Amino acid sequence: MTTVDRFMAANDKPRQTGTCDCDAQSGCEQAHIAGAVAVPSSTRRQFLAASAAVGASLAAGTACNDPAFQAYFQKHYLQLTEADKKRIFERLEKEVEQTKGVRVKISDPRPLPNVQFAYALNLSVCNGNRRCVEACARENNLPDDPQIRYIRVVELDNVTHHLERGNVYYDHEKVPEPGKYYLPVQCHQCKNPPCVKACPTKATWKEPDGIVVIDYNWCIGCRYCQAACPYHARRFNFAKPNVKPDKINPDQGYLSNRLRPMGVVEKCTFCLHRTRKGRYPACLEACPTGARKFGDLNDPNSEIRKILWEKRVYVLKEELGTEPRFFYFYDD
Amino acid sequence: MIRYLLYLLKMARCAVTGGRTYYLWLGFLLLFVAMGGISWAHDLTEGLIVTNMTDHVSWGIGIANFVYFVGVAAGAAVLVVPAYAYVRHDIKEVVLLGELLAVAAITTCLLFIVTDVGRPERLWHLIPGPGILNLPSSLLSWDVVVFNGYLALNLHIPGYLLYRQYLGQKPRPIAYMPFVFVSMIWAVSIHTVTAFLLSGLGSRPFWNTPILAPRFLISAGASGPAILSLILQVIRKNTKLQVRDSVFDYFKSVLRITMPINLFLLGCEVFGEFYTGTLHADSAHYLYFGLHGHNVLPKYIWTAIFLNVASTAVFLIPRLYKRQTIYYVACVCTVVGVWIEKGMGLIFPGFTPNPLGEVIEYTPNAGEIFLNLGVVAFGALLFTLMAKVTISIQTGELHDGPSENRPRADARLAKPATESI
Repeated sequence: MTTVDRFMAANDKPRQTGTCDCDAQSGCEQAHIAGAVAVPSSTRRQFLAASAAVGASLAAGTACNDPAFQAYFQKHYLQLTEADKKRIFERLEKEVEQTKGVRVKISDPRPLPNVQFAYALNLSVCNGNRRCVEACARENNLPDDPQIRYIRVVELDNVTHHLERGNVYYDHEKVPEPGKYYLPVQCHQCKNPPCVKACPTKATWKEPDGIVVIDYNWCIGCRYCQAACPYHARRFNFAKPNVKPDKINPDQGYLSNRLRPMGVVEKCTFCLHRTRKGRYPACLEACPTGARKFGDLNDPNSEIRKILWEKRVYVLKEELGTEPRFFYFYDD
Repeated sequence: MIRYLLYLLKMARCAVTGGRTYYLWLGFLLLFVAMGGISWAHDLTEGLIVTNMTDHVSWGIGIANFVYFVGVAAGAAVLVVPAYAYVRHDIKEVVLLGELLAVAAITTCLLFIVTDVGRPERLWHLIPGPGILNLPSSLLSWDVVVFNGYLALNLHIPGYLLYRQYLGQKPRPIAYMPFVFVSMIWAVSIHTVTAFLLSGLGSRPFWNTPILAPRFLISAGASGPAILSLILQVIRKNTKLQVRDSVFDYFKSVLRITMPINLFLLGCEVFGEFYTGTLHADSAHYLYFGLHGHNVLPKYIWTAIFLNVASTAVFLIPRLYKRQTIYYVACVCTVVGVWIEKGMGLIFPGFTPNPLGEVIEYTPNAGEIFLNLGVVAFGALLFTLMAKVTISIQTGELHDGPSENRPRADARLAKPATESI
């Protein structure tokens, strides 16, 4: 016997005949190459049959009705058919009902034709009251535990525009504090978004109406987009977001404020589940000073067009070339 | 086919048999791997909230280690180039170990990513076909491509050469030499792509500098020879593989170039940040001197600078580097120094202050440290097992067929250079 055979003899289960480990009932008729053992054709056939069976079941599995299976293999949002979406939304709505006891409606409003959304913020009027921050949290089902807030308001000295000299954690009895001005920052839906460039799986992309969206079921949670964003606009779900059932906003958009899973990134979406249906974003409606302005850049009669035309408007970190769609201006 | 499967079985058996020291080493590594596994399981169930990472510093010790170990993987080229391009036979005897170190290092890099992403079960989204790979714009997508390519190259070349040696047959140059030359260039690309994924971000001024890629490559050329020196010394002392002194002389000759250049590039960066004194230098200020009372990092980076300067001095002064102990201590200092400056000294300050000017500090907690140690231990374990097999095959202990029929493995390497490469 060769070394190989001796090795096999020492390490394999006892064989029925000779030096071959095929499971033929009688002596093996297969040819043996010197120093090696050919795989008997019966075991080869069995192996091929087994792999065919595994392959077939995997293929069948894609059409299989198990919701967990379907959820795992769900394709990118842009590859979904209308039927896929209907099934997915129903599954998600059922999950929320089962886990939170709340009935929600997930919609998928498509971009309005020929619309380019933009936001403008009047720094002469914003007084840092942060009602926008809380309204956004309620509208978008942002958890308190751990706390996620899309909007951060930066308090700056009147002498500086540099964000890194600001303070986000101001906590005064009354606002505005003398000598300061207030600059709310949220996702600017940049025309040239560095986050979209960075995402390795295209889980975030820019829609035709200018809103940068995230497919929460496609995001792998690598957080490269968070590193890429110059405005600290993106949030990561480090834990399972825990939104209390009585705080859940049932009017949900698939790409915006539906309940997100752990381990994915999210951000302000200009409330597309509202704005694509002709309403204002929640932050604008909550602002008591009227500092927030929103509209369609393509609409010649819109307030936003008027502001860009008449006011001295600027954007943050313009030198980075991100071309934000969030403009800051002063009344003078 | 069967012969190959038996070869795999014999390799596996060889990998797990050894003396008492060997088993103690494997056990030590497995202990850390297990602790790392427990930590990762905790991450998976509770979420990454159990780490110290936040929306402000969203990449921590895991990515820091990822960046460092890519350098280790690229550093294998330090052996590949002289072994094949300059046909140095002394280095050729150990080059396979260098390539397998690259395999272990790339595996640890991939594991650092897998244990750091929020949804590891969705990593198939990166595979073009079933998933979507954002080429050409995402540098992280490029990283996926170059990493897997480098892994494949460094599995094929030693895999092929070792199998042929095991069979007692001469390797056919066409089956590996083209891949060798590709791997020399590819080694540069893996580390450049990793540098680019950081330096391409306008949002992080600390990283957005053209000097990042050169610094990465030079520090890889420093930590590579240092780690290999230490590994080969351990192998020389504990196995039958002959590692000639000329190999260590070669490492010293590389270190005495790359370490000084590394210090020079550090000087260039520091000048650019502090002399110009723009507000973008806040991150550098945070790293070297602390910022607004936050000063967790300066002690680490100054330690790293001290270690790097001290080891550079050793590598430049013959009276010092000719002494074995001093040389190995300097190698350890290089490994630690480069790790600090390239890992935590690069990733953490990049996020501090955050884009809105807030200074939120980050240091890893115990869970993260154990996870990272576990991943490193896994890589060390992988390398140990592969090195054991490689050494057994190269010394002729592990071969196909009975021992008296096969020529001694290193007899071939002792032949004059007239044989084809």
